[in-house]
Amino acid sequence: MIMIFGIPGPLLFGQLLLGLINGAFYAMLSLGLAVIFGMLNIINFAHGALFMMGAFVAWILLDALGIGYFPSLILAPLIVGAFGVVLERTIISRLYKLDHLYGLLLTFGLSLVIEGLFRNAYGSSGLPYRIPDILQGATNLGFMYMPNYRGWVVLAALVVCFSTWAIIEKTSLGATLRAATENAPLVQAFGVNVPRVVTLTYGAGVALAAFAGVLAAPIYSVNPNMGSNFINTVFAVVVIGGMGSILGSIVTGFGLGVIEGLTKVFYPQASATVVFLVMIIVLLARPRGLFGKAA
Amino acid sequence: MTLSRRSILTAAAASALTVPALPRLAHAQSAAIKIGVLNDQSGPYTNTGGATSVICAKQAVQEFATAQGLSVEVISADHQNKPDLAVSIVRQWFDRDGVDMLLDVPTSSVALAVQSVVREKNKVYLNSGAASSALTGEQCSPNFIHWTYDTFMLAKSTGGAMVKAGGTSWYFLTADYAFGKQLQSDTSDLVKAAGGTVAGASQYPFPGTTDFSSFLVQAQASKAKVIGLANAGGDTVNSIKQINEFGINKTMKVAALLMFVTDVHALGLDVAAGLNLTESFYWDLNDKTRAFTNRVKDKTPKNWPNMVHAGCYSATLHYLKTVHDMGAAEAKKDGVATISRMKAMPVEDDCFGKTTIREDGRNLTPAYLFEVKKPSESKGPWDYFKQVVHTPGEAAYRPLADGHCSLVKA
Amino acid sequence: MFGFSRPQWIAFLVMVALIVVSPFVLYPVFLMRVLCAALFACAFNLMLGYVGLLSFGHAAFFGMGSYVTAWTMKFWHLDAFFAMALGGLTGAALGLVLGYLAIRRSGIYFAMITLALAQMVYFFCLEAPFTGGEDGIQQVPRGHLFGFIDLSNDMTMYWVVAAVFLGGFLMIHRIIHSPFGQVLKGIRENEPRATSLGYRTDDYKLIAFVLSCGLSGLAGGTKALVFGIATLTDVHYSTSGEVVLTTLLGGLGTVFGPAMGALIVMSMENYLAQAGAWVTVIQGGIFMLCVLAFRRGVIGEIANWRKLTL
Repeated sequence: MIMIFGIPGPLLFGQLLLGLINGAFYAMLSLGLAVIFGMLNIINFAHGALFMMGAFVAWILLDALGIGYFPSLILAPLIVGAFGVVLERTIISRLYKLDHLYGLLLTFGLSLVIEGLFRNAYGSSGLPYRIPDILQGATNLGFMYMPNYRGWVVLAALVVCFSTWAIIEKTSLGATLRAATENAPLVQAFGVNVPRVVTLTYGAGVALAAFAGVLAAPIYSVNPNMGSNFINTVFAVVVIGGMGSILGSIVTGFGLGVIEGLTKVFYPQASATVVFLVMIIVLLARPRGLFGKAA
Repeated sequence: MTLSRRSILTAAAASALTVPALPRLAHAQSAAIKIGVLNDQSGPYTNTGGATSVICAKQAVQEFATAQGLSVEVISADHQNKPDLAVSIVRQWFDRDGVDMLLDVPTSSVALAVQSVVREKNKVYLNSGAASSALTGEQCSPNFIHWTYDTFMLAKSTGGAMVKAGGTSWYFLTADYAFGKQLQSDTSDLVKAAGGTVAGASQYPFPGTTDFSSFLVQAQASKAKVIGLANAGGDTVNSIKQINEFGINKTMKVAALLMFVTDVHALGLDVAAGLNLTESFYWDLNDKTRAFTNRVKDKTPKNWPNMVHAGCYSATLHYLKTVHDMGAAEAKKDGVATISRMKAMPVEDDCFGKTTIREDGRNLTPAYLFEVKKPSESKGPWDYFKQVVHTPGEAAYRPLADGHCSLVKA
Repeated sequence: MFGFSRPQWIAFLVMVALIVVSPFVLYPVFLMRVLCAALFACAFNLMLGYVGLLSFGHAAFFGMGSYVTAWTMKFWHLDAFFAMALGGLTGAALGLVLGYLAIRRSGIYFAMITLALAQMVYFFCLEAPFTGGEDGIQQVPRGHLFGFIDLSNDMTMYWVVAAVFLGGFLMIHRIIHSPFGQVLKGIRENEPRATSLGYRTDDYKLIAFVLSCGLSGLAGGTKALVFGIATLTDVHYSTSGEVVLTTLLGGLGTVFGPAMGALIVMSMENYLAQAGAWVTVIQGGIFMLCVLAFRRGVIGEIANWRKLTL
């Protein structure tokens, strides 16, 4: 058996793969944050709460209407995205001209309210959500026993991340979005309804969080705190990748998942802290993050 | 000496200042006895304690105090699992609000933090929610009774049964804080004493860990026969979900060292089926526990009582009986005297049957090892457990001499 | 003498009067909690309000001050004065190290690097043996001040805490109105210009940061003494978040705002504890309301309405 740093090779490969799977969640969540920050200049602290809402909506759809996992994967993001549109129109749009701090504070308050309401309605122990039958079971990869559902998570995350990236970087819609960020009045003058574009962008970012929430429902417990457990790491991912950088948040999300996975083998107690160590190093060396534009 | 002088000073200050102390204090004086339920009402342990604990305490008041014409008020607060907030609430309860008895207080660090305040103010402290066996060991107090369960009893019941069934080598998945470490060490001692071995442990950051897959794969690689979950609440639920997902339960036995019926409800039977766990109360144990549950379940339909809730009922009931026996004025004056009277009086109620309270403050509730039913075996709402082993209270807990409690005369 | 304007003198006298009268009306232990939080928020406001840098890691200084005071009281049996002073010095020393790393960043990046550094401190406190992990350092004696003032009485302790708060408050005010403070404001308004005038702006910011951290450490140490406990909550990032909220609710960049904010936030925490599961919903609602309706904070809005500087 090959040994790497005193750890059997197969075990290490397994850990790398698991890290990558966790990274898929980081990537999806930080992607939404990056899109929202890039277009709206809002640090959306409520992202974790909206991720949690995605999982809860999937559970409610199943419990109340008998709608299964795959339809929920489309429906829940739409519902939560619509909720995001309402939020943007009624509350968040009032903050665009203000300091980042106010956006952060408002969305923080918002996440407290959302999580509190769900806790009142559903308690904090969590609710069961089954893995769909077709994705049950596991595959033996030789070096480890890989649950099929986790494979599906990575696949779905990769598809979603790179389509988002492609839409923003390679299509004319994306070009309009980017132009609106750079110079809104000019784009408005070309006949584009910029406020509507901004609203829909927020809705899309929120929908991404909800999509990740539905993906997470079968493996993590569906409970009101599930988002706040993620949110710190996800913020770190966005900062390390470079605020507002789409590609940066995807690459960093997967990368940090792997680094965290390795830490779990060598020094598990530090696995929640290693992200911040990376962040300090990156910010000292490259103040704008790995993929951030120069000031 | 200093203690009494301080309380006199506080009392003097308080009486000099009653003018602006508003209707709240006036209201407090109208009730003969005031009970304060302090627990987590918005965080991860909301369902294991929370509002249902308050409901169960009030149930005891309604059944006993009302019949005896004793006027009792129950108030509650959320300690958010912060020791410093808890200390500040408890001080205010004792100094300003006239609380006589402190109840529940889950989360071991918080439970330990308020211990010294209760002693300083000479009040009564009945803990149902916290797990640490240190509360009746080196940290024991003459103002304190640990009512429902502790880490030693869980380790002995669940761990002991696993070792007996051939689970001789263990790998622990441990929440990296006081409670998790205590549960791991209590269980390790027991496993080793029974001739077993500990293959390793992963201590993961608490709170904030949601993904356990990496630790589970390490556990599997250790080739141990049993994976011991030294964690609680949402972490236990998450780790069991992922144990199922990775098929670890096919090669290893799972010991959920602290798990409540409320957690099983959250997991769902298809995932939880076959797990072994220990509680000192289950609603469907016998006619009396069913009768008790029938009386409270309509008040808390989404969250049926677990052992912590039952402990809140039982502790309140016994406290009120003692207060009635010795007189409310006496009981309010001296917490130590009330506690020793409680220890001397026989305890009996619908939830735990007859129990005795040891001099170190340990209430000797029975320990039941349960197995979670398969979905096909469950016949109704909350029908989750079958009883496997019943350990009577006298044998369930750490022997008196091993705790090093200063109240125990050698 | 402290550079107060006339309305500020009046406000200051009102505040002192309230501090003197309130322990006879309200519960003194609660008031001490408010005063510690107020000193912490004032120290934080020195950075955010007058230097324009948002630190998201101030819990590190507050918490380390709290641990050091608790440890030296409990195990070295120091005089309360020295224990509190050591708490403050620890905050300042840690501030010097972390500030040196962070001070060249600005805006959101400064916030993020201070958050990350504070997380390192949190991890250290979680794993280091002397902090007692999750249990913290408990049963810390209040001891004596200057060897002869017994602090175990709540009222005596209250006057000491009040004196510490007022001392810190006046010190901050004095700093702001000194020539040094004028340079800080100049940097906040236009850093390149301050640089071109020959000021080494990073040094000025670092000194302000160290002062702010030292006072935060003092606030933490005082709190540890009052409650006899130092725990992980004190170094947790939620404490960093709370002080940001406190300052904003009271009024960012105002002299009296942070103290007012501390009163509001602590009252919420204290009286809402009875509201059970609704606590977070109400808190969140109030924060949202603050951002949407009175962004200048309570004192800031009053000042704006009466056209005063408070």
